[in-house]
This record gives sequence, structure tokens and C-alpha cells, in this order.
Amino acid sequence: MSTRLATGGRHLDRATSVSFDFNGRKLKGFKGDTLASALLSNDQMLVGRSFKYHRPRGIVAAGPEEPNALMNLGQNGHFEPNARATTTEIFDGLTAQSQNHWPSLDYDVGVVNSYASRFMPAGFYYKTFMYPAPAWKHVFEPFIRKAAGLGKAPKERDADTYEHFYAFVDVLVVGGGVAGLLAAERAGKAGAKVLLLEQSAHWGGRAPVDGAEIEGRPADAWVTDTVDALENMDNVTMRNRCMGAGVYDHGYALGYERLTDHLAPQAAPRHRLWRIRAKHIITATGAIERPLSFAGNDVPGVMLAGSVRDYVVNYGTSVGDRTVVVTNNDDAYRTALILKDAGLDVPCIIDARPHGGGALMEDAKAEGIRVETGKAIAKVKGGKRVEGVALCAQAGEGAILEEIPCDAVAMSGGWSPVVHLWSHCGGKLIWDDAQAHFRPDPAKAPTGADGQGFVSVVGIANGAMSTGDCLTDAVKGTNAALQGIGISPKRTAAPQATEEPENPMAAVWKMPQGASYKLRSKMFLDYQNDVKVSDVQLAAQEGFESVEHTKRYTTLGMATDQGKLSNINGLAILADSLNAKIPKVGTTTFRPPYHPISMGAIAGEASREIFQPIDKTPLHQWGEENGAYWEPVGHWRRAYCYQRDGESVEQAVNREVKATRESLGLLDASTLGKIIVKGPDAGKFLDMMYTNMMSNLKPGKCRYGLMCSENGFLSDDGVVARMDDDTWLCHTTTGGAARIHAHMEEWLQTEWWDWKVYTANLTEQYAQIAVVGPNARKVLEKLGGMDVSKDALGFMEWKEGKIGGFDARAFRISFSGELSYEIAVPASQGRAFWDALLAVGEEFNVTPYGTECLHILRAEKGFIMIGDETDGTVIPQDLGLHWALSKKKDDYLGKRAQQRDHMTDPNRWKLVGLETVDGSVLPDGAYAVADGTNENGQRETQGRVTSTYYSANLGKGIAMGLVLNGPDRMGEVITFPKVDGTEVQARICDPVFYDKDGEKQNV
Amino acid sequence: MLILHCPYCGVDADETELAAGGQAHIKRETVGSSDGDFEEYMFMRQNPRGVHFERWRHVNGCGKWFHAARCTTTLEVFGTYSAQTLRPPQDLLTHITGKRPGWSFSQWLETLS
Amino acid sequence: MSNAVSALQGKSFEGYVTVTEMGLRGMLTLRGDFGSTVLTRAVNEITHCDLPAVNTCTTRHDRGVAWMSPDELLILCPHGEADGDVAKLADALRDEHFLVANVSDARAAFQVKGEGAREVIAKLAPVDMSPEAFAQGHFRRTRLAQTPAAFWMPDTDTVELICFRSVADYVFDLLKRAGTEGAEVNFYR
Repeated sequence: MSTRLATGGRHLDRATSVSFDFNGRKLKGFKGDTLASALLSNDQMLVGRSFKYHRPRGIVAAGPEEPNALMNLGQNGHFEPNARATTTEIFDGLTAQSQNHWPSLDYDVGVVNSYASRFMPAGFYYKTFMYPAPAWKHVFEPFIRKAAGLGKAPKERDADTYEHFYAFVDVLVVGGGVAGLLAAERAGKAGAKVLLLEQSAHWGGRAPVDGAEIEGRPADAWVTDTVDALENMDNVTMRNRCMGAGVYDHGYALGYERLTDHLAPQAAPRHRLWRIRAKHIITATGAIERPLSFAGNDVPGVMLAGSVRDYVVNYGTSVGDRTVVVTNNDDAYRTALILKDAGLDVPCIIDARPHGGGALMEDAKAEGIRVETGKAIAKVKGGKRVEGVALCAQAGEGAILEEIPCDAVAMSGGWSPVVHLWSHCGGKLIWDDAQAHFRPDPAKAPTGADGQGFVSVVGIANGAMSTGDCLTDAVKGTNAALQGIGISPKRTAAPQATEEPENPMAAVWKMPQGASYKLRSKMFLDYQNDVKVSDVQLAAQEGFESVEHTKRYTTLGMATDQGKLSNINGLAILADSLNAKIPKVGTTTFRPPYHPISMGAIAGEASREIFQPIDKTPLHQWGEENGAYWEPVGHWRRAYCYQRDGESVEQAVNREVKATRESLGLLDASTLGKIIVKGPDAGKFLDMMYTNMMSNLKPGKCRYGLMCSENGFLSDDGVVARMDDDTWLCHTTTGGAARIHAHMEEWLQTEWWDWKVYTANLTEQYAQIAVVGPNARKVLEKLGGMDVSKDALGFMEWKEGKIGGFDARAFRISFSGELSYEIAVPASQGRAFWDALLAVGEEFNVTPYGTECLHILRAEKGFIMIGDETDGTVIPQDLGLHWALSKKKDDYLGKRAQQRDHMTDPNRWKLVGLETVDGSVLPDGAYAVADGTNENGQRETQGRVTSTYYSANLGKGIAMGLVLNGPDRMGEVITFPKVDGTEVQARICDPVFYDKDGEKQNV
Repeated sequence: MLILHCPYCGVDADETELAAGGQAHIKRETVGSSDGDFEEYMFMRQNPRGVHFERWRHVNGCGKWFHAARCTTTLEVFGTYSAQTLRPPQDLLTHITGKRPGWSFSQWLETLS
Repeated sequence: MSNAVSALQGKSFEGYVTVTEMGLRGMLTLRGDFGSTVLTRAVNEITHCDLPAVNTCTTRHDRGVAWMSPDELLILCPHGEADGDVAKLADALRDEHFLVANVSDARAAFQVKGEGAREVIAKLAPVDMSPEAFAQGHFRRTRLAQTPAAFWMPDTDTVELICFRSVADYVFDLLKRAGTEGAEVNFYR
């Protein structure tokens, strides 16, 4: 059984006990425990069920490579699925549930899949659930969805906050083991600005666990001194619990800092995503141990040898009382020696190599440990935990020589450098036959903006397998990196490490060599996705020769661990099956992040009230206080209507429409774009920007203008006012201000850069209020200060002055067909001016109105709206706006495009009014049907609705639409099918429904 | 995540400060052009492997448009320069040819038509 | 005008930095030819400052001038004097090609004060805020999370920042979240 040892555990604070909850049970651990070490210390060997066969699974590793121990952590707003027990630090009150089982971890009905595993080989789903097609939706998918799935999706809004941080450094070092520490120290001493990241809570990596000695002292002491030295360097920043998550173009890297995951919920941010720009990146990311492929290598109690020793040394936790070690290399002997030293039994070391190991093997023998060379595990006995192993010859087919009782197995198939970060941005790998692993090819580094390599790998991650080699490599790599960015390294030798020489490892891809199908179908490569040796072999037989195809067919390496344990083993099996060399088969592409990171960290600050900027006008607060029913228009919030007590939205809109037509309405028009265009060539420039002539507009006058894109389509409209000889003020649509300003600047900067024109976007400088209705003039006259009479300020004129003491520009323009003034005052005075209008307007039943009323008023007058009548495929000619297309100008943006044959096609749909025969409101976007069907069997169409409203003034539905030959078909009735299957008839009519002669606006 | 040096304000701008504007050095066709020439100008763009000239705007910065010469396969940036020119500066062209022997600007222009 | 109000009317927040909306500030946009001595002289007369170098600003008492782009300056002045300064500049530059406009009310201004001011900005803007890269006198236009902004440092632990008036709430909330107690980064030492 797994248990807590009486002594040991370098990460533990044994004085501080921590209680946590696992699957509803209260358990205890110590401060410094991971959830994995605490569970093992409570003899919780079984921690989950596998994805496909629901096999019982235990903890295999001690780090982020763990494939089995995935947990649902926390509750409510702090819930998180798929967290690894091995990287989760416990705290008082932590709650964890294991995943992928029903009804419970111990008794899981899904385990029937395991008995059926023979009939669920690679590609099972692809092969089985093909036909009949409806069965997928109604039978297979619901069943699979219920049975499958790892963690649960959170149900509540995330209660935590997250943030980003932009850091700029000379050297980013990823990995806080001895190689990374040394690299950071050397870079720091050379004066570089350094950021050092370590994913775990502890510095030093594996060296202290492996018993290395550096400079004649235990590695731990060297680590402590080096960390102290680094902390005292002002130019070095160190962050633990911060993973180097990805390396991207031009020296960009992401660091994923877990600030409060090891604490009970906090007000502080939970994760911080470091968005780093480094001149050079050094990755010292170490290596991950590979499992060995023997039958039953997934039974709880079978663990990586290095991890077994991590638990003993770091956490004082033994995985079993009697541990069999199985290996193809010398390193695993360290585990046997450490177990023995901790007073635990090692019944046997099974070494697949015919002649076994070197000095470490002799040490083990001297400790009285039995060593069997040239042997293998034929199979592991036990179901929910290991009961023993069957010994066989590695060279044979698995004939059992002996059964050795034990309760744990420590396996080692060699070590694979963590090359992910090197590969993320294009670094290439070479195959090292001696170590049977891929390591970075220094000749093919990822290159940056200057075409030079900007990533180096040092230490074990670079294939330097001993502590001494690691340190030498770290110094060499760091010196080269520093020189590459123009920093001179200090020339001091690397620290020396003492260690025993090791015998070469031997590549062992399955145990035993000639294992039968029965054994191979219990050898797991990918624990999380239940991919076995036999599955990869089947894929190869079926012709999946590319590793990328095999990966997708078998799902090897596609789980949340992204093949950290299974990659090389699977590749070797595939190569073997294809009779090819491993480097010929290649490796799959590593993509960031190295390890899953939270969505919250990616979003950073962008959540809740600051998810997105919301643009507010100077009158926004008044709307908040007075029943505004908001709608988003671009990033702006505009009032759709202002609801009074007990009023529905519809009632409010109808009230606003009537009040404005009958007496006086006020609209917050501040969002309309206001762009100043000034200069000797401004007139010429605006003649290019607008389809109509603007250069001949007289100062003091206004003109409605259309803008098209270069390919002819309508993009914006608005009123242009000429301010003085060389200055124009261009109004744009609400959403259009920034876009049109950018559009103008683009043409000025990149095409007509010799034209003397300056622009400025003054949209937000002004609060603009439309004063609309028969009493508009009276209310302004009551405020006083400016003569706004018909003669002093005619229709389509503007002037500047004081109104009621406010600095104002008054534009006599109308988007409603009523007598109307748009008054611009400085934004800081907007609210005061609005309040003044409300006060003096009281006697006229002054009624603030929203965007829906605005829309209805303009639709009653047949005025088009960009975004309703236009959708990026509509040209002015479609809308009957020929009058706004200057015939005098040689050119304007869109003119040439409008001459293309599709644009001049007489069959383009044209704008008309539509009124339903029964007075009802047409559905928005509805299509008018024509005779016949198209090649898809759908009914032909002959038009569509672009705007449709209920007009309270007219007491009926009114609409505009684009209809085939529409203007020539006045009075004709066409049919619009509705979503509910019924139809509505509408008569084609003039789009101007109200005051056709414009008498009301010209008073 | 590119960094491009803005030739106007001198900032080494993070890609999130920039807006991409597609291929550079396109001649405007307008009234009087043939349908074919106009279509070429309006819609047809090249996507070469290797050296390319692009338009970028330092939108979250000084607001200016500039041009960048960039390798589309390695993302190496050979240089950035004013958008107010019909042709990249000669020293930049020489620099690119040094880095990519055999490459020439006239060749690049030919691929456009 | 006495009833003029700034976007957030001086709202402030106390975290590990202090965030304050600075009330009404006078600001002008001036576009023109920096090579023109007429322009240089006119700016100097209004602000008593020399034209700033690229990406810098110069300030003197309650006035200043900042480099916005190769043909645009931001002129800082008291809010009540902005219109008068516009008229003065327009008059001085009448024979030049230029554009000047009062943009005081198009903007909101914030002050972030405290030792953590630099790092609060570095959480939101893709800018190297380390003291060696960004010093007093520097002026930077960039984005703050998802909105355009510009800032400078009047002293070693203060950042002054301007953004569009419409996003004043958004920017205040950004700075508040970034400056919350417990969110310290301690990257700059």
C-alpha cells in the first residue's frame, strides 16, 4: 500500500497539517503536498478511470506529464475541470473529485468497455458509426456523449480575476532546474536583464532528488546558494509557479503564472499571463521519463521510476512497501537505492539489457538487491492495484519464469528531452540513437525578425544526460546566447558535478521483444486515451504510414497531456511496424501551450464590466436615470427608447414617434461622426471621397453626401457642412466615425500624399442633440441667443453662436422630415444643455426619443439607413440615389467600379416602399417569392425587405425593400412567405410615406 | 506575433498595435482603365513564398501607414519604410538580395502581373 | 462655462496605486509642418515649450506639448483657455497649411500614482515600462487593453494618461482592476 513515511519529504512542512476533501471524504496532508502526494499518502492508489475502456488508473507521474490523475477542483465559481493532481498544491478546504466514472470511482459501469476492448480497436468509432446516417444523431452520439468526457464544464461564471503583464527582457530562461538556474546566473552576472520561470513551486528540478553533488556539495545546497544569488541581482526576476507556455514569432513567449491556485480563493488575480518579448530565449526544460510497454503497465501502482523517487524524497511518500524496478537504463537504479535507503523493500530490479548497468547496478547489488538482467515483465498482476509481476526473458515471447509479489512497479524506458518550446516556433529535431530520443538540432533553430536563431536549449532538454554535462552545456549555451545579443559573458568555468559513470541505455519498445497479441493489447502507450501497442500496429497495417494520420486515427497523443509520455513510444512502435527508422517516420508537431492554460488567463482583464469597451455619450448617465432601453451600435450604447413607468418598449416607441411628429422630440445624436477636413486641397479630396460634389458647397451650407468604397458599394453617408474657405466638417454614421476617418487617412497617406489636407476626428468633442418637431424653433427661441428663424437659418444651413448661454453650432438638417436642428455643444456641457432643453421644453411636452423612433421617422420619409438598406452589396444606383452621383466629376472612389457590367445590370434589385395589404408589419429580412424554383429546388425570389416598422403616425406597417424592377412595378402586389409558413401580401409603392413634398421640414 | 519598426515614430511596435493592409506597391486603376486592369487592381493579390512587400498601419500608435519587406516563410523582416514611395529604397533592396541571393525587385514586380 | 463637467468628475480609486480622473484638461490637436519656424514659434508662444522630439513631451507649469505623429502635436493648456489658444494659433498660422482644433472634451485624463504605476500600465499596454526604457519626458501612444490611449510620466511614480471621453468608465475600471491590492507584480526594481 502507498503510505506516508515517518521521515523525509524536502517539500513538506510536517508541522502544518492540511485537510482537504476527495470524492466527499475528508483527508489530511501536510503543507507542501501536491494533491497526488497527499492522495498516495492516504493509500488512494486509484484516482480515475480511463477515457475509453474505463480501466482503473492510478498516479503514474509526479509532474505535468501525468495522464491519469485528472480532477474536478473547487466549487461553484471556483470550479475547474481536468486539473492534474500532480501539479495541484493542497490547501485547507481544497475539494477534488475524480473524473470519468459513474456511479463511483470504485464501481464504474463504463468498465464494460474494457471487457469489450477487443472489439473496440483503433478507428472503432470511424468504422462502426457510419451507417445509417440518422443513427448517428439519435443513437450513437447520445450514448457516446453520456459515456465519454473527462471533466465537467463549469456551470457558474468564473468568480476569479485574471490579468496580463507585458515584460521585455534580454534573456528569458524557462526552467528552474540546475541548468536553468545556472543559465540565469550567468546571464545575470553578464548584466543581461533576465526573467527566469519555473513551473513548479520549487527551484532545483531533479538534481537534488537524484542525489547529485555540485562543487563537492549536495545539489540542494548549490541550488539554495544560487537562488539567493539570483534574488540579489537587480537585473534578474524569478517566478516560480510560472510555466513557459509557448514560444512564438519574434521573441514572443507566454508565461503562465498561477498566483493563487495553491491558496483558498483570494481577491487577488488567480492567474497572470506574462506576455514576454525576449531578445533571446533559453529553455532548460529538462526531460520526461518514458514508460515501458508491458502488459498491465496501467494498473494502479505502476509508476515512472523517477516519480517513485520524487514521492519518497520530496514528499516522504512511498508508493508501495515492495517495489519492483523495471528498466532499460542505469537511472532507475537510483530509485531502487533510494527506496532501500528509506527502509522499503525492492524485491527485484528487472533490467532488459543483457549485461545490465554499471556502477549504480553494483551499488544496488551491494545493498543486497536482486538484479535480473536480460529480463522483462511479462505482465502485471492485479486489477485496481498491483499484486505482483510475472518475470520473463526480454528476448522471448513472454513465457513466465517466475512470479514476484509486489505492490508497486517503478518503470523507466529512458528520458525524452522536453523540446516543446524549441519546436513551437519552428526549431527542428535530430534523433539521438544512443539515448533513443529526439533532441534539438542546433543548426535549425527557430529564427526571429533578423533571421537569426533566438531560442537555445540547455541541459537535459538539450540531451546532456548527466548533471555535470548539464552544467557545462548550460554555461556553453548561455555564453553563446549572450554573445548573439551583444552581451559579453564572464569567462568562468562551469561548476563541476561528481557522479558515477553510467552504462548506455538500450532502446526497449515493448516487453518482451516477441510479445503475443494478447500481451500487446494490454500494453498502454497513451494512458489518457487508451491507445495500446496493438492499436498503433493495426493502424500501420491499415496503411496509416504518416505519424500525423496515425495520431488522429488512434487518438495517440491527442489527450490533454498531448502525448508527453506516449509520443516516442508510439512513434517507435509505428516505425517498427512500418520497418522504418524512427527519424524517417518523424514526430508530430508540438504546439503551444506546453500544458493547458486557463481560458481566464488568455482573456486576461477582459471579463465582466471590462470585457469590452463600451462607448458612452455625455448624456449616457441621463439615460441610465430615465429608463433608457439600451442597444449596442458599434461600441456605443444608444437608447432604443426611454421607457416610462409601466410602459412596454413598443408603447414607449409609439409615444416617442407621435410626440415628436406632433410637438417636440430630442435625440442624443452625439455618436454621429464629426471629422474636420482642412487644407488647400480639401475640396478636391472630398470630391474623391464623396460621390457628389463637395468642393462647390458654400461656407455656411450643408449637403447630404454618399461615400462608396473603391469597389463601388455604399459604405457611409452623412451631412457635410462647409465651415470656411478651406475647412469642411463631415458627419458620418454612428458606427462609421473611426472607420471613415481611417479611410480618409489611408487615401491621404498612401495615394494622394502630395495633397495638402489634414483631417481630425472631433466626434467626441461635442454632444450633439437633435431638436425635432413643429415646436423645435420655439424651444430654441425660448433658450435664446441665436436667431434660428427661417430666414436667418434656412434648411441645410448652419451657424455658430450662443444658445441659452451655451457655445453652440446649429445645423438645420433633418433626418425625420420635421423642422429640425442638430445642436452641437462641447461634450463637457452636453448634459447641462440637455437639461436646459428639457426644462424649457416642458410646455411643448418635450420627449427624448431613441434610435427606434429615429428609424421610424426616417422610414416614414423614405430615407435610407446605412446597414439597413445597405449591406456591402448595394450601390447608390440601387437606392434611387442617382441625384447624389455627380456627373461633373471625372472620378470619385467607386466610380470606375460602378461602370462594371454587374453594376449596370438593369436587373439589380431596386429600392421601393412596401405596404402590406392587411396593414400588418412585414417581417424584417423577408424575401418576396417569384415563380419557379432554382437548381436547388428552392423558390425563386424577386426582392427582400430592408427596413420594416409599425408607424404609429400612419397606424399601419410600413417598409422598404429591394425588388426586381421595383420602381417600374408600382401598385403590384408581391408575396412574402413568413417563418411560420403563412404568407403576407404587400403592395409596391413610393418609399416616401409621409409628407411627400417635404413641407414640414421647410417651415 | 510580429514586431515591426514604425519608420515614422521609431517604435518597435507589437503586432497588436498594428493593422495589416495587404500587398504594397499597387497602382490605382480608375475611370478609363479596362475592365481587366481594374479587376487586377481591385481584387488580384499575390501570396509569394519568400520576400514580400506589405502595407501596415501603426493604428494604435502614431497612426501612420508604412511599408514592410518581410519573408512570408521565416517572418524575417528585412526593413520598413515610408508608404509614400512608389518603390522600396535601394539600400533595402540591396540588403534583401544579400540575404536572398538571386532575388530581385523586378522579379517580384513581375509576379504581380 | 461653470456647468462644464469632465467624464467622471474626479472619480478616484485607492488600491496599490491611486487612480484619479483628473477633471477638465485643455487639449488641442495641431497638425502642421514641424519644419516651419512659424509653427515652432506659435507653439512656443502658447506653451512656452519647445517642439518635442519624437515620442516625447515637454511641459511647463500647466501647459505642454506632446509629439503625436510626424505632423501632429497635442497641446496641453488650462481647459478654459483652450478656445482662446485655438484662435491664437489659427491666427499665427493663417498663412500656413495647418489644422488646429479644441479636443479637450473629446478626452478623459487619468493619473495613476504610486510605486506600482509603471506596472499597472504594463498590464494593459504592450509597452516596455521599465525605467530604462520609459523615462520622464517620454510620451507614448498605444492601446490600453482594447482602447487607444497615450501616456507620459511627470515624475518617477506618476503616469498621466489620456483616452477618449466615451471610454472613461472602461479605462477607469481597467486601471482599478490592474491596481487592486494583491495584484502587485514587483517586476521593476
